[in-house]
Amino acid sequence: MAQRQPFRWHIAVFLAPAVLVYTAIMIVPLIGTLNLSLFNLEDGNRIFVGLGNFATLFGDPRWSEAFWNALGNNAWFFLVHMLVQNPIGVALAALLSSPRLRGAAFYRTAIFIPTILSFVIVGFVWKLILSPIWGIAPGMLDAVGLKSLFAPWLGKEEYALTTLALISVWQFVGIPMMLIYAALLSIPDEVIEAAEMDGVTGWSQFWKIKLPLILPSIGIISILTFVGNFNAFDLIYVSQGALAGPNFSTDILGTFLYRTFFGFQLQLGDPHMGATIATAMFGIILVGVCLYLFAIQTRLRRYQF
Amino acid sequence: MMSARHSTGRSIAAHGILILYTLIALFPVFVIVINSFKSRRAIFADPLALPSAETFDMIGYQTVLKQGDFFQYFLNSMTVTVGSLFFVLLFGAMAAFALSEYRFRGNSLMGLYLALGIMIPIRLGTVAILQMMVASGLVNTLTALILVYTAQGLPLAVFILSEFMRSVSADLKDAGRIDGLSEYRIFFRLVLPLVRPAMATVAVFTMIPIWNDLWFPLILAPSEETKTITLGSQVFIGQFVTNWNAVLAALGLAIVPVLVLYLIFSRQLIRGITAGAVK
Repeated sequence: MAQRQPFRWHIAVFLAPAVLVYTAIMIVPLIGTLNLSLFNLEDGNRIFVGLGNFATLFGDPRWSEAFWNALGNNAWFFLVHMLVQNPIGVALAALLSSPRLRGAAFYRTAIFIPTILSFVIVGFVWKLILSPIWGIAPGMLDAVGLKSLFAPWLGKEEYALTTLALISVWQFVGIPMMLIYAALLSIPDEVIEAAEMDGVTGWSQFWKIKLPLILPSIGIISILTFVGNFNAFDLIYVSQGALAGPNFSTDILGTFLYRTFFGFQLQLGDPHMGATIATAMFGIILVGVCLYLFAIQTRLRRYQF
Repeated sequence: MMSARHSTGRSIAAHGILILYTLIALFPVFVIVINSFKSRRAIFADPLALPSAETFDMIGYQTVLKQGDFFQYFLNSMTVTVGSLFFVLLFGAMAAFALSEYRFRGNSLMGLYLALGIMIPIRLGTVAILQMMVASGLVNTLTALILVYTAQGLPLAVFILSEFMRSVSADLKDAGRIDGLSEYRIFFRLVLPLVRPAMATVAVFTMIPIWNDLWFPLILAPSEETKTITLGSQVFIGQFVTNWNAVLAALGLAIVPVLVLYLIFSRQLIRGITAGAVK
């Protein structure tokens, strides 16, 4: 009597639009880009060069210098976010979630507002604030007697990248704050009550009870930060231009990819080297995500309810 | 009584820190907004002063609105954002429903396949996306942007929404089936209204990067008719760099729509995140 179940069309209907759009616009181009990195143009003909482009990217001094510079800058950009943005986000979330705090919704919205602003606005207004000519920052430092500390931070090679990273931190601190806040709210009341019965309150409650429970969320935030940072482009582009000045000191993989692929002022666009850089970025992000999934996330599981 | 006093002190400290950070967060926005209402000389003389009767000037807004293109950019951004949002929410919810409701072969594999895109940024496929859009003649159309952003938003939408749909009571859906509702009606009538908070969460996290994106408009649709407001204001800053009033007014205007969209969705936002994915 075992009848074959009829084909359930509705499942296909529900899945089809998402799968089609996603596959056609995301997966296929991604594979296409990876594929493109294996070819090069010679005398107008497309020829297969295998990993030759990668050898050029990592080995040829004309390319490798820019690549390693961009990669190093990107790593620093990420490090600043991990050391500044995420701890501030967690601290703000911890304050917001303290019981009976009035106006939590207001603070939450206000602190999240920079996150919804476009990079164009963010880049421009910080350039304005930090500008030695317009001088809000020098003026303010002057008011507290610290004018000597002022420097044109965005214009100096040694400060520009860190300054931009901090601007980006300012903009995006709302995301870790929101996610950690939600994670803190979803800790069951019984756990907190039990802790209070045992006399664990205040800061020690945070460190001993809540922090271990939100570690999985912190893990997710770290990986989101990683993916976001190694894919960043806009802030550098709008505030320093595609040449990522001064003297490439703020060049990261995203701006390097843009210049290589589309060409900019001194160089012609090169789709094959562009694809090669995109593939290298893909590899870096993939390694990071896998490390996170296998090394960190699996170990954090045991803290979950 | 001890503990009451103790907690008052702590809450004052908490408010102090939060207010301080709120000021840091809002200060640059404040600078743009006040200066956009001032005369040119007042902008430079004292950038931190509020506009007064003498320094108040709407010239910036007049310039921007007279330029005219700005309104077009605005409309383009709206079309792209709302269009993509619609497709992300609809297609994402449909796929999430299929994945969470039915057991079929390849279910979890399909879930994994769709989730891949959360981690791998769509930008890395730009080279091939551009070639594809050129081949299909979609370059410099808003359709190209909507397609790209829909693909970009779907993975997260499917992921969050399917977590949520698992928590919708099975009894409710079965009751619907006994009453003879089709699977489609069960989805649209029973399930969709119940996952509204999750939809709001997805909407916020989908909308913000779309509205603010510079990369794809720059590459796929840089023409005058299809410029988005983000790209438009970027160009505007370049062209009118000496006209501070206009630039500041343009930036002030660019903040408004995304702020309004955010406020619409944000009421459900925390409920959405709390109950859903991040746990």
